[in-house]
Amino acid sequence: MATYLEFIQQNEERDGVRFSWNVWPSSRLEATRMVVPLACLLTPLKERPDLPPVQYEPVLCSRPTCKAVLNPLCQVDYRAKLWACNFCFQRNQFPPAYGGISEVNQPAELMPQFSTIEYMIQRGAQSPLIFLYVVDTCLEEDDLQALKESLQMSLSLLPPDALVGLITFGRMVQVHELSCEGISKSYVFRGTKDLTAKQIQDMLGLTKPAMPMQQARPVQPQEHPFASTRFLQPVHKIDMNLTDLLGELQRDPWPVTQGKRPLRSTGVALSIAVGLLEGTFPNTGARIMLFTGGPPTQGPGMVVGDELKIPIRSWHDIEKDNARFMKKATKHYEMLANRTAANGHCIDIYACALDQTGLLEMKCCANLTGGYMVMGDSFNTSLFKQTFQRIFTKDFNGDFRMAFGATLDIKTSRELKIAGAIGPCVSLNVKGPCVSENELGVGGTSQWKICGLDPTSTLGIYFEVVNQHNAPIPQGGRGAIQFVTHYQHSSTQRRIRVTTIARNWADVQSQLRHIEAAFDQEAAAVLMARLGVFRAESEEGPDVLRWLDRQLIRLCQKFGQYNKEDPTSFRLSDSFSLYPQFMFHLRRSPFLQVFNNSPDESSYYRHHFARQDLTQSLIMIQPILYSYSFHGPPEPVLLDSSSILADRILLMDTFFQIVIYLGETIAQWRKAGYQDMPEYENFKHLLQAPLDDAQEILQARFPMPRYINTEHGGSQARFLLSKVNPSQTHNNLYAWGQETGAPILTDDVSLQVFMDHLKKLAVSSAC
Amino acid sequence: MNVNQSVPPVPSFGQPQPVYPGYHQSSYGGQSGSTAPTIPYGAYNGPVPGYQQTPPQGMSRAPPSSGAPPASTAQAPCGQAAYGQFGQGDVQNGPSSTVQMQRLPGSQPFGSPLAPVGNQPAVLQPYGPPLTSAQVTAQLSGMQISGAVAPAPPSSGLGYGPPTSLASASGSFPNSGLYGSYPQGQAPPLSQAQGHPGIQTSQRSAPSQASGFTPPASGGPRLPSMTGPLLPGQSFGGPSVSQPNHVSSPPPQTLPPGTQMTGPLGPLPPMHSPQQPGYQPQQNGSFGPARGPQPNYGSPYPAAPTFGSQSGPQPLPPKRLDPDAIPSPIQVIEDDRNNRGTEPFVTGVRGQVPPLVTTNFLVKDQGNASPRYIRCTSYNIPCTSDMAKQAQVPLAAVIKPLASLPPEEASPYVVDHGESGPLRCNRCKAYMCPFMQFIEGGRRFQCCFCSCINDVPPQYFQHLDHTGKRVDAYDRPELSLGSYEFLATVDYCKNNKFPSPPAFIFMIDVSYNAIRTGLVRLLCEELKSLLDFLPREGGAEESAIRVGFVTYNKVLHFYNVKSSLAQPQMMVVSDVADMFVPLLDGFLVNINESRAVITSLLDQIPEMFADTRETETVFVPVIQAGMEALKAAECAGKLFLFHTSLPIAEAPGKLKNRDDRKLINTDKEKTLFQPQTGAYQTLAKECVAQGCCVDLFLFPNQYVDVATLSVVPQLTGGSVYKYACFQVENDQERFLSDLRRDVQKVVGFDAVMRVRTSTGIRAVDFFGAFYMSNTTDVELAGLDGDKTVTVEFKHDDRLNEESGALLQCALLYTSCAGQRRLRIHNLALNCCTQLADLYRNCETDTLINYMAKFAYRGVLNSPVKAVRDTLITQCAQILACYRKNCASPSSAGQLILPECMKLLPVYLNCVLKSDVLQPGAEITTDDRAYVRQLVTSMDVAETNVFFYPRLLPLTKSPIESTTEPPAVRASEERLSNGDMYLLENGLNLFLWVGASVQQGVVQSLFSVSSFSQITSGLSVLPVLDNPLSKKVRGLIDSLRAQRSRYMKLIVVKQEDKLEMLFKHFLVEDKSLSGGASYVDFLCHMHKEIRQLLS
Repeated sequence: MATYLEFIQQNEERDGVRFSWNVWPSSRLEATRMVVPLACLLTPLKERPDLPPVQYEPVLCSRPTCKAVLNPLCQVDYRAKLWACNFCFQRNQFPPAYGGISEVNQPAELMPQFSTIEYMIQRGAQSPLIFLYVVDTCLEEDDLQALKESLQMSLSLLPPDALVGLITFGRMVQVHELSCEGISKSYVFRGTKDLTAKQIQDMLGLTKPAMPMQQARPVQPQEHPFASTRFLQPVHKIDMNLTDLLGELQRDPWPVTQGKRPLRSTGVALSIAVGLLEGTFPNTGARIMLFTGGPPTQGPGMVVGDELKIPIRSWHDIEKDNARFMKKATKHYEMLANRTAANGHCIDIYACALDQTGLLEMKCCANLTGGYMVMGDSFNTSLFKQTFQRIFTKDFNGDFRMAFGATLDIKTSRELKIAGAIGPCVSLNVKGPCVSENELGVGGTSQWKICGLDPTSTLGIYFEVVNQHNAPIPQGGRGAIQFVTHYQHSSTQRRIRVTTIARNWADVQSQLRHIEAAFDQEAAAVLMARLGVFRAESEEGPDVLRWLDRQLIRLCQKFGQYNKEDPTSFRLSDSFSLYPQFMFHLRRSPFLQVFNNSPDESSYYRHHFARQDLTQSLIMIQPILYSYSFHGPPEPVLLDSSSILADRILLMDTFFQIVIYLGETIAQWRKAGYQDMPEYENFKHLLQAPLDDAQEILQARFPMPRYINTEHGGSQARFLLSKVNPSQTHNNLYAWGQETGAPILTDDVSLQVFMDHLKKLAVSSAC
Repeated sequence: MNVNQSVPPVPSFGQPQPVYPGYHQSSYGGQSGSTAPTIPYGAYNGPVPGYQQTPPQGMSRAPPSSGAPPASTAQAPCGQAAYGQFGQGDVQNGPSSTVQMQRLPGSQPFGSPLAPVGNQPAVLQPYGPPLTSAQVTAQLSGMQISGAVAPAPPSSGLGYGPPTSLASASGSFPNSGLYGSYPQGQAPPLSQAQGHPGIQTSQRSAPSQASGFTPPASGGPRLPSMTGPLLPGQSFGGPSVSQPNHVSSPPPQTLPPGTQMTGPLGPLPPMHSPQQPGYQPQQNGSFGPARGPQPNYGSPYPAAPTFGSQSGPQPLPPKRLDPDAIPSPIQVIEDDRNNRGTEPFVTGVRGQVPPLVTTNFLVKDQGNASPRYIRCTSYNIPCTSDMAKQAQVPLAAVIKPLASLPPEEASPYVVDHGESGPLRCNRCKAYMCPFMQFIEGGRRFQCCFCSCINDVPPQYFQHLDHTGKRVDAYDRPELSLGSYEFLATVDYCKNNKFPSPPAFIFMIDVSYNAIRTGLVRLLCEELKSLLDFLPREGGAEESAIRVGFVTYNKVLHFYNVKSSLAQPQMMVVSDVADMFVPLLDGFLVNINESRAVITSLLDQIPEMFADTRETETVFVPVIQAGMEALKAAECAGKLFLFHTSLPIAEAPGKLKNRDDRKLINTDKEKTLFQPQTGAYQTLAKECVAQGCCVDLFLFPNQYVDVATLSVVPQLTGGSVYKYACFQVENDQERFLSDLRRDVQKVVGFDAVMRVRTSTGIRAVDFFGAFYMSNTTDVELAGLDGDKTVTVEFKHDDRLNEESGALLQCALLYTSCAGQRRLRIHNLALNCCTQLADLYRNCETDTLINYMAKFAYRGVLNSPVKAVRDTLITQCAQILACYRKNCASPSSAGQLILPECMKLLPVYLNCVLKSDVLQPGAEITTDDRAYVRQLVTSMDVAETNVFFYPRLLPLTKSPIESTTEPPAVRASEERLSNGDMYLLENGLNLFLWVGASVQQGVVQSLFSVSSFSQITSGLSVLPVLDNPLSKKVRGLIDSLRAQRSRYMKLIVVKQEDKLEMLFKHFLVEDKSLSGGASYVDFLCHMHKEIRQLLS
């Protein structure tokens, strides 16, 4: 097994790909019986410090419907200077530049170690990055101040030639013109009126000189026609100006009477931001960064009225169809998100407020465009400040870890078809021979647009084996998939990253063991979870759970070893052993459970779940628990109530929260101040150890997790208690008095109960 | 007659006397005493009544006589005739009106002679003389005769001009002769000075007039006697001399006139027969002929059409009617000045006719509102509607509630009745005023309007004295004055909240046109200093008014000029279809707090738009924005809009060019005056509701559709200023001066005006710049000291002669400091059962004001021709009614005009000829609309000079004299080519330079060596250090100071092409656009009257 683990790991590191199955069932029928679909998690821009981009353009298959990129799997006739496409078997001439090619003089793309390769395209104008700040001014003074400082700070982090723009909103929406001297100028829009893109562009005076791309390309950014540059200016030119402007930003001056929410025109503001970029820089990398401190309360996209006595919708209201603004608002934001995606721009949402801010309605803006979604309590928290700062971190090359306007193009060999993708992408609706009719996630296309992505952005991509049972694949046959990602690098270059992978086909009948062994249960868990979450967006929660359960049972039936009707005989091989446990925690996760979560929180969690890579996703499904004690070095322990012991310090990472929990005794010791006594320095160290580790996680994580430091009996301990497997509850009192663990007051089933049922169902012949 | 007339006044006064005796007497006494001897004229109208009552009749007599004369001079004929009879009847003199009345009957045989004017030679008949103010006729006839005899008229004209003296001499002689006789008869009591005019007027109505008119020239002879007294005499002389044309006809006549003159006198004699037998013969003679002519007239008159508007028909006919012989506005004005300009006008007595608007006088408020606030068409109202209908004299009051007063007169006292608010009648809600009758020992009061009996609140109680007056009457303005103010309580405020101080918003067009002409730069520069002079209340240190700024082309730019900002912030609103105000805080600011930011803004505005290429503008959204801003700030205020072009950008209120000259004189002509779309009215209504007044400054290069654009200013009580083809070099001064005045003038906001009347009459119609949402309340978003509301009354019941009629105008407004106040004006009028009383107490200027407004409103709905005809008909009816009921029986051929209305024809003709009612080829549609709306809110003084411009000769009077030179009549005949004249009508100012003006004069005024070197169209006189230059410039300055709008000077050279423009304002002449000359019109009017009488 070690070999497969290594293989998987190696593949992930090299190609950013994790397949649920690493050996593929060779017929359609068999594949469907495998329960977990053939799918992969793809991290298109996985950081590859060891992979310098090549400075030329890829060689494409000449068949118009294929256009696959030359790769190590292609057969090459060095003498005839021909290569055969491994997807469509078209024979292609090498371009003239490849004249000197030979077995010993291969271009990089033909070398096996370059199954992933990156090309740099020199053609075309390099348009600068664009950052458009959309700032809510209906904030508390402190919040606004903190936000202003963050924004001012961010100016120093932006590339100097990046274009930056500012839109502020409250009751009205103001588009600030940045080029004016001596007087600050802004265009103001009513916050209640939905405007078409055309109207917006007319009103901003962008219509006439709206630069056709042809014209703009050859021109340097600073020579852009006047109109487009008024609102978007290079940072280096106006950073002083903009700093002052931000400094002078005032809270929305319109009076808010008692019992009312401030009128906040988020919907219109976003609409204008989208329209502005649409009119000036279509198909150029751009981020719309929305900073909002509350729910939209007027105009299109309003989520809640301004009467404080009517609270914002809850899951309860939604279930009862009592959220009167939700549908309309969602529609508005979806329309915007789609337009934005079509333009290749992305929308970030930074929502900081104690109450909900309408993320549920607005989520599509970030989800469909690959933007970030950050939720915090206040702009005046390190959570927001550091998260925001982290957006502008740079990689080993000194480039921003963000890319824009990507299109992901997938090609498969004939035995496979593409069923769909789940992640921060939209379909480009490109039909082709390799597009399946069965959709999983966003399907019906072989190309997707990912308007904003970073090195960790990960898509789940689902395939369908279409090879018929009666047309067996010859032994040793391999299926291939090519991922071609066009994108705008943060250095403004256009680049193409091509990843070509191949896996062996195996006949299920004869080679089930191989297939079983090549099962990647982690990837499978995440991929199934993504499917589940994707369904949960549109289906009732219980339906999704039932579907998940059924899948799990079927999987166990398929791959478990058992005697019929004998639950005790049930065994799963190592490559499946953790899978049920993942499912158990997934069922309890906020991605599928809305109880105790607001609609906004659910949207937020789901947003991140749909874009993080495998490791992070797994943490989200099943948080990691570390235990610190005097008994030895820190060790991972079971996410179980039995791990909660008096003399331990626990560190739990749920991705969204980092919880440090002091056991009862430890807490008492600390209260007694032992850590300050020289003779108990080791205790001090013990206390410090989890803090240091937490710090390490905090440093790397995006978005910044909520950092919780609590102890036995502390109110915040609930974060821990709600996550651990309730192996001991008030229902199984036998554990009382035992030294191990702490009972959880819950009616939730524990993992043991869950497993018992699972076994029983798996072995029963009823289903 | 005398008796009757004299009697009525007495009783009427009788009542007041008991009430007022104390103070009136004293005051009067003083005045009368002093005045009587020295200047009988001053006392004239007003005092008369008083005098009559007062014992010293001697005194009274003197004045009256004098009084009469002046009046007579103008129309003398009529009056005089009467006068003659009255001669000694002081009564006549006293109340000018009465005098006239009396005269009228006897004397004013004006009529027939006029006829001659028609072109009929036949007319020639001797008859002429008896005519109208006998003189006129006389002359006419004479003319004819002479003319007939010697076709010379024209030539004679020429000859005449120069020989004025001769002419006059001749004319004078006869006159003098006449006079001589008269004076003896009547004059004795009168001082000679006065006597003269008086004489003319009263006694020989006919003769005097004759003399007055024709002889003006002759003045010479009389002068001696006259001189002292009156300019009129001189003026007459002057004009006649100067006017070549005029002269032309007369000369030949001169001799005949004399004879005729006598003739005319004749008519009088019948009246006076006892006294003046000598005359009779003449008169008779005259009469005889008169009859003759009439028939003739009939035929010529048919010429009426001529008058209609096309002068065509009567090209050359020798004029039979000597212009000098017909009532002269100049004379009337001069007489009134001399008679009444020296004594304060004391308002204590009911129904006094105030001095003319052209007269400088002081007012002492003793219970009635000053004529500066209210003027009426008649101060004696018919008791019944039948009478009113018969007379056809419109009953109207021209009210200027916030009129500014000369520094010598105190502005209305502010009365604070505390929390309970002003004391009012429970039933009709009239406010406490001097006419309220306290009864039951002061515990109750009876409302003077509705007779309801109200309790006096305890805190207001006061004992009564033996006359029934409250002891504290003189301590309380509301019990002793005609005009005063109440502090309003919160009940009188919008939303029951005291108002915040108002705001001014400057909204500047920054489209290409505005930038190119330099307007924006000029304006911004000016605003920097101008903002320090915002109106403030009383002694306040700084103005409470906040200011805001907006610029616009096809989008709007708002500016945040909050004091805490380092630099102004501009906010662009491009959503003009759905206007809103993008900011709250920082838009309206205190000027002193935000000075730095504002200055910076005003510096930058011209720079920012220097390169603009935007030519389209919007309009409605701009006003809407201003209104919304005020709404958001919860205050009233004023928008100053500086606009250059037709708003054709896509937005509400978008307009298209619909200027179509082909529509003129068709039934569709009215559409040119109507707004294009309803959006403007709707907007105006919203503005009014918010108390948002709009002042519009237009700088058009071409058609901008003033008719539509001015709707909002018009309905919100704002003003429109128009500077066609604005160029900084030429129009800067005019614009800046208007702007300064407009910004600095005191304004009331969010006002509601209501006019209450005593039972029997009711305010039924209103004219002016305001909005009305119901039939009684005049709503004014803003009201300044120049705005006037004309109110028409109708009977709905009988009035009581004893109690008279009361008017109370209450204006609720927010002062510029944000204080809510009520300004109350009270005016008591007499009521009469005799039509003669009505005609004796009329005021022609006010009447014209009303009729002009009525007509100008009429063009919105009716064809212009119909409107003109209506005016003519009404005028004819008025005069015919007089002729029929008040004038003594005489030949139908005589034109007899009431003394008070003798200028009605000439003024009315001016109205008929005005650009709105009879456009010339060079008048644009915009100009007509502009003038139309201007006139709508003009006061009496403004309409007076607007319709009959002032023409001032510059070199006639000695250089040292500091007073304005006496005006001459607005006719080309009065221009001497060796002189220079200033002509002004309140909007325009011309300096006409005769071709043969002395070189020295040219040099000292224009700093060039000859006439030919003077730049035609020059608008500024060089500043030269010589007496003439100083004097002329000083005069120009003082003229400008009198008018609410800056008049740009235009130098016009004789025979230059600009002269056409100038001649347009010589309103006694035939106008190019077809307007009738005064003489022609008078003839036409006479014909109309005769038709009515028959």
